[in-house]
Amino acid sequence: MSAVVSWARRATLLIGFVFLYAPIVILAVMSFNASRLVSVWGGFSTKWYAALLENEQLLHSAKISLAAALTSATISTLLGLLAAISLTRFGRFRTRFLFFGAVHAPLVLPEVVLGLALLTCFVAFGVGRGFITLVIGHVTLTMCFTTVAILAALRDSDPALEEAAMDLGATPFGAFVRVALPQIAPAIVTAYLLAFTLSLDDLVIASFATGPGATTLPMRIYSQVRLGVSPQINAISTLLLALVAVALGLAALVSSSRARRDGQVVTSLARAPDNAS
Amino acid sequence: MSAPLLSIKSVSKKFGAVVALEEVSLDVGAGEFFALLGPSGCGKTTLMRCIAGFESPDAGTIALSGVDLSGVPPNRRPVNMMFQSYALFPHLNVFENIAFGLRRQGETRDAIDARVNELLAMTQLSVFGHRRIAELSGGQKQRVALARALAPRPKMLLLDEPLGALDRKLREETQFQLKEIQRRTQTSFVIVTHDQDEALALADRIAVMRAGRVEQVAGPMEIYDRPATRFVAGFVGETNFIEGRLDRNGAAALITEFGRIPCEPGNLPDGAQATLSVRPERIGVARDGEGIVGFVEDFVFRGETTLLRVRVASNIVLRAAASHGERHAIGDSVRLSFPPGAGALLAEER
Amino acid sequence: MSARRKLSLGERLVIAAPYLWIGAFFLAPMLLIAKISVSQSVLARPPYRPIFEPSDSLAAIWAKAQTFTFDAYRALVSDTLYLESYLYSLTIAAVSTLITLIIAYPFALAMARAPERLRPLLIGLAAAPFWTSFLIRVYAWIALLKDEGLINNALMALGLITAPLQMFATTGAVVVGIVYSYLPFMLLPLYAVLERQDPSLREAAADLGASPAQVFLRVTLPLSREGVVAGALLVFIPAVGEFVIPDLLGGSETLMIGRTLWNDFFSNHDWPAASAAAIVLVAVLMIPLLLWERARLADEGGA
Repeated sequence: MSAVVSWARRATLLIGFVFLYAPIVILAVMSFNASRLVSVWGGFSTKWYAALLENEQLLHSAKISLAAALTSATISTLLGLLAAISLTRFGRFRTRFLFFGAVHAPLVLPEVVLGLALLTCFVAFGVGRGFITLVIGHVTLTMCFTTVAILAALRDSDPALEEAAMDLGATPFGAFVRVALPQIAPAIVTAYLLAFTLSLDDLVIASFATGPGATTLPMRIYSQVRLGVSPQINAISTLLLALVAVALGLAALVSSSRARRDGQVVTSLARAPDNAS
Repeated sequence: MSAPLLSIKSVSKKFGAVVALEEVSLDVGAGEFFALLGPSGCGKTTLMRCIAGFESPDAGTIALSGVDLSGVPPNRRPVNMMFQSYALFPHLNVFENIAFGLRRQGETRDAIDARVNELLAMTQLSVFGHRRIAELSGGQKQRVALARALAPRPKMLLLDEPLGALDRKLREETQFQLKEIQRRTQTSFVIVTHDQDEALALADRIAVMRAGRVEQVAGPMEIYDRPATRFVAGFVGETNFIEGRLDRNGAAALITEFGRIPCEPGNLPDGAQATLSVRPERIGVARDGEGIVGFVEDFVFRGETTLLRVRVASNIVLRAAASHGERHAIGDSVRLSFPPGAGALLAEER
Repeated sequence: MSARRKLSLGERLVIAAPYLWIGAFFLAPMLLIAKISVSQSVLARPPYRPIFEPSDSLAAIWAKAQTFTFDAYRALVSDTLYLESYLYSLTIAAVSTLITLIIAYPFALAMARAPERLRPLLIGLAAAPFWTSFLIRVYAWIALLKDEGLINNALMALGLITAPLQMFATTGAVVVGIVYSYLPFMLLPLYAVLERQDPSLREAAADLGASPAQVFLRVTLPLSREGVVAGALLVFIPAVGEFVIPDLLGGSETLMIGRTLWNDFFSNHDWPAASAAAIVLVAVLMIPLLLWERARLADEGGA
């Protein structure tokens, strides 16, 4: 590889990551700006964070969002697991095509359309909107993602392992729980986290599905943001970003220490570059 | 031999702390079928990649027809390679795969058509021109890879484990095809392999490599009958290593725990400790008569021969091949005979 | 396994929950908006007629069905607002997808060709923004793009411009927002195909005389087609129906269909119109997906 190519690659990576991260970093820095104005640095201050603690509306919405995310991610992961099992273990049952399509369709459906459909349905059946309808909306939104995540893992898991368990006397259910489930556990965790973050982040479905008293954090942020840049929003945004950063960092640490353990064998094999195999 | 086509002079290459090649020097003549033989990790693939231009040596030179190749990128070298994985382009059909190199040379349409069809015929692929790569069998893929590498008329073809991915029966057939094609095209072939049978069957000359060094370069017969080192003897074919003391008085022989074994002493002094390598099939096996007495410990039927493990001393077991039709049972007593020249005395390990 | 089969009782219990859920909260609502889209808009709650009641006799249902109308769809065609919104959305989405691809390709390539031990870190960093709030990432751009924002300030401080450039509340800002927000969706599939590509294919091409540029054009690029298509769909489809980005970064002229729909539904209470627009939007988005699926099938079964 020539030096020019290698430098071009480094420059590309640098520019790419600056583009991805600069706006987020700037936002975080601005949250510590004592001045209300974007263009003026008024010195370092944590006063906007202090103000957050007194903003009861915002805190209440944060609680609603958290509760909705926890509930909907749990239901969504369970339903996704059941749907993925149905799609991988039941062969070609008669309504598989319909089921497959309906499970995957929300993936490509604009959120506005899904939200609108849900709202008209709630109105038509006279369901009062609030926390429960919010959770219903988020489960419907995230279930396709959890299904896809678990489906991929189930497809990759070796069916011979379950067959071996059954050969050794396990029931199909027992074989699934004792053999397949531990294998796909990482995918289930990923699915849960995916559903959780999608729910926590969602604005559009929530705007359609929720009712008075159950205003979510993104809805609060959105109504503030429409009025322009606000230091308090900078602060809460930074908190949310920091939360994600810590969670991702922990996840990376866990997976890399596991990889290091597994990786030792690989690196010792790879050490001989002249590998005939 | 006239000036060699490929001349490798003291080439060394390291990957980090790992020495892949150490002071390797080799010559390959025009039209020669040359094999680089060795276990995995011996540096043979690295050497081939240096010739193709995918790696550059840390020291030493590689010259083709007298022209130094250092600094010449792979696309400008008149050397083509057949990859172990075949590396066929999955998005192109068989015809376009073979035409790839010709198109890069800017040949005319007609010339490309003619050349590709010629190669398709040579590799018995004429009806497969429009097939996609995914639709080919392993043997067909192997032939496409060969045709593709030959298409631009390289001065030298490098083949990285060309038969490695084929099953045993197909491998044998393909060995003949490969030899035939090499003869017809008069191209130098350099083949990398870890399979001694393949190297012995195909090559005019073989370089046996170990840990980045060349242990011996010779024709197949000489490699087999006169291995230069213990490693070569052990790696190429099956053998018995017999330790003993050389006795040059009269007919030279090795004095061992279990008897006298005649051998050619070479330039070793009288009384020297030496190792003799004797192939199992060179040892005569008889039920009685002259020879060293031993007891059959175990045997494996191999079709043509039966391989016996014969205990000749309390701590020495030799392997000997009994010819077809002879029946032996465990515990039988047998006589082993060593015709003069059956074994090769090995140089000291360095 | 090819014969269609009936499910056992146990299997039915497993599938029942997800089936009922999507039936009740996805299929039924979609059917309902299909029905509303052929209903008449009225000033009432809910703002459409007819409404079917469980007590309706067959005759009553038939009579009500007689009042179905395609007015809402006719209005979609005659009302330039909707036509413009569709065209505008498709154009913006297409342009943004193209720009995302142009930025993401070299980025993904550089990651895929980085030393192997660095790759997990690089791809982790590239995917991390995906886990952060979409809304916050879009919001972050407001502070950059505003007239008194950081970019304008920086440019003026450097003396490159004397008056602030109007960047916020423009179509350009919407495109930047989409490119930024959806970049990970393009990066991940591109990286996946490029990283998977067998390096010996590139070596083989070079060995056969292809220059580095030819290796890229004849081998790397055609072999990454799957990733390009997947990435393009992952960006294009949500971008067409995008609501948040045009609403926050766009100006009053950015009439993307998601926003028009939202306004019709919440501000104008014209449910039949919004429903019809939603149905058409779904139909429009199905087209590229079906084409993709067909191309994939042709690829697999091809001769």
